[in-house]
Amino acid sequence: MADQTLPIAGSLDVTPQRLSRAQVLEWLHGWVVTVDHKRLGILYVVYGIIFLLVAGAEAMAIRIQLAWPGMHFLSPELYNEMFTMHGTTMVFLVGMTILFGFANYLVPLMIGARDMAFPRLNAFSFWMTAFGGLLIYYSFIGGFGLYGMGAAPDVGWWAYAPLTARAFSPGHATDYWALALIVAGFGTLGTAINIIATALSMRCRGMSLLRMPLFVWLMLVTSALTLITITPLTAAQIMLLIDRYLGGHFFDTQAGGSAVVWMHFFWIFGHPEVYVLVMPAFGIANEIIPVFSRKAIFGYPAMVAASVGIAFVSMGVWAHHMFTVGMTSVGNAFFVLSTMLVGIPTGIKIFNWVATIWGGKIRFATPMLFCLGFLFQFLIAGLTGIMLSVAPWNWQLHNSYFVIAHFHYVLVGAIVFNIFAGIYYWYPKVTGRMLSETLGKWHFWLFLIGFHITFDTMHFVGFLGMPRSIYTYEPDRGWNHLNFIISIGGMIQGIAVLIFAWNLVQSYFRGRKAGNDPWDAWTLEWSTPSPPPAYNFATDPVVHSRRPLWDLKHPEDPDWKYEA
Amino acid sequence: MSAIPISPVAEPWRLPSRGRVAMLALITGESAIFTIFVVAYIFYIGKSLTGPTPLQVLDIPWFNTICLLSSSVSILIAERQIERGKMRGFMMWWALTIALGMIFIGGTAVEWHKLIYVDGLTIRTNLFGTTFYSLVGLHATHVVVGLIGLSLILIFTLTGHVKEQHSERIQVFALYWHFVDAVWVVVFTVVYIVGR
Ligand code: HEM
Ligand SMILES: [Cu+2]
Repeated sequence: MADQTLPIAGSLDVTPQRLSRAQVLEWLHGWVVTVDHKRLGILYVVYGIIFLLVAGAEAMAIRIQLAWPGMHFLSPELYNEMFTMHGTTMVFLVGMTILFGFANYLVPLMIGARDMAFPRLNAFSFWMTAFGGLLIYYSFIGGFGLYGMGAAPDVGWWAYAPLTARAFSPGHATDYWALALIVAGFGTLGTAINIIATALSMRCRGMSLLRMPLFVWLMLVTSALTLITITPLTAAQIMLLIDRYLGGHFFDTQAGGSAVVWMHFFWIFGHPEVYVLVMPAFGIANEIIPVFSRKAIFGYPAMVAASVGIAFVSMGVWAHHMFTVGMTSVGNAFFVLSTMLVGIPTGIKIFNWVATIWGGKIRFATPMLFCLGFLFQFLIAGLTGIMLSVAPWNWQLHNSYFVIAHFHYVLVGAIVFNIFAGIYYWYPKVTGRMLSETLGKWHFWLFLIGFHITFDTMHFVGFLGMPRSIYTYEPDRGWNHLNFIISIGGMIQGIAVLIFAWNLVQSYFRGRKAGNDPWDAWTLEWSTPSPPPAYNFATDPVVHSRRPLWDLKHPEDPDWKYEA
Repeated sequence: MSAIPISPVAEPWRLPSRGRVAMLALITGESAIFTIFVVAYIFYIGKSLTGPTPLQVLDIPWFNTICLLSSSVSILIAERQIERGKMRGFMMWWALTIALGMIFIGGTAVEWHKLIYVDGLTIRTNLFGTTFYSLVGLHATHVVVGLIGLSLILIFTLTGHVKEQHSERIQVFALYWHFVDAVWVVVFTVVYIVGR
């Protein structure tokens, strides 16, 4: 077995050289014109992490403003821009890019392919997405608002009509929002198509669909869902631009248009979108939990079926965001029940993860710690979700901080936790060096503590009636101390993320050498050198089971003997 | 990595064509865009506060429709021709497809000209105008994109760059054109039959 990265390790002259201008330019040029799935994957993730820091700073600004009643840390206008940009950035520029970056890097490696099905489309998609992000942030200086100064979008990430009409949102901020998301949306669509084609048409010999690593399965399902999720948003935003620029009446209530139609279109996108974000996170857990429990995943076929089930059900639940708009009782009942139905496949997944861990020889390395945090938090997030799916409960708590707490439990407690887990797990593969475990433990515990201080408490201010998206509040509402605690938790999370960023940078230069397979894992990416060469595999691999590297390491007891 | 030692069974290894898979995926995504526009159209039927109404101004574009739908047949024949290596036949049927598509777009232009200058219906007149021009315009945009693609392929065929071995790619592109035609059936039914 080729176990060291280079046959001649140590014999190379590694004294750092001063790079000339031309070399730097050439290096840069190489990254800009690259069509290599691994480089594009890295670009996606780095881009996402940068925006994670930006949107995190926005969240901090929001929390300082809300830390105590009557604060004037932000102006009311800027506050609206902050929560709009925070939400929009986190969903489209952080969640989507990091998760699709993972897919770009890992899917071809995991299925034994040399690249994605369409490498140039892949590069095109990345740059579209990147351009979308720059476009929306350019609005801070270019989106001339009412008073002739730069203005970012301030209509909320849901951008409800009729606030987005020209009469109520003059200037160009809202147009930047719509255009940037249309552009980024086409990038996402391109990547989704690419992932589907790669997973279906590029698998190595022996990699039948039911031997694909679950991460690839989850990305396949996610991409299929993306095809029909992102596009309704694109359509609705085209309508919005027609209203704003050509004088159309889609959402113009004065001319018979309907604001509720926008809500429907937005949530037909918006709800499946949260599953587009969470399913790749499931995929990451599916890879990490077995390796760190030293057991094969429990119930592989059930996991696949549950993922497909979730994708289907998630398309029929969108109006649970609209119970307070007023629907017929049949409509209410339908969306209550369909929403609760999602609990079944999700429950199957949680059961399978627990069963995988059960009786395993658990290694509490940082990736596993984050995954355990994910399991616990995702369970709670699912439970508050079921509470919110009960229409009368929802009438009481809609648009309160209870909702904010619920979806941050998913977005942060599940998705961001798993993104961190994934980065700790695959960073050695990507860079050839381990992330520092010490800093990793600090990162994990601080983030966990900060997370629970912030978001557990948010449930309670929600119960006490605090609405979301408010600039400030009166001191006699009984929310003061709780809000202060929430803000403290936010700061702790901020510190944890900075430790993480520092870990990423310093381990790149000083981290321990990783070797091919530092975690003793079972999927194909660990059979390549770290970092993998441009062509990935020197010879096309052939697999006979779901854990090809297990077969390789244990020829006396291979998996294919037991798999149906 | 090197080959794994024991190989239990040597199954034959066949995978679907990536081009076809990708085109079908693109079509799925596009269908979702059209679905939203169609739903909006249907929802707003009869909700305009002022005239003109569809019944007053819309004529059913039978000729246009026949042209567009028969272009699906002509492209199908072109696909068969290139598959068998008959490049001349391919070129003829392909050119016919373009011509039929052009007639369709020309017909739409004439229709819109009449609607705008004779009937005074623009995208801002009323909800009917907004939804009509958006939905039909979205479809027309797709036809134009398709025509550009078709023409590029024709040019490359004339210069001898498209050969028999490209028939698979030609068929993948043709899928898109079939999709554009199929969408017209829906748009036609919704706008000119149900909506009138
Ligand atoms: C330090 C961590 C975070 C803090 C303190 C935080 C705080 C907040 C607050 C206070 C709001 C509500 C603003 C308002 O309506 O008044 C909000 C909204 C939101 N956040 Fe976060 N957030 C954090 C991380 C994240 C992450 C990682 C994601 C996604 C991956 C995310 C996604 C969203 C979304 C989608 C909204 C909705 C925007 C809205 O509906 O107003 N957040 N966040
Ligand atoms: Cu939802």
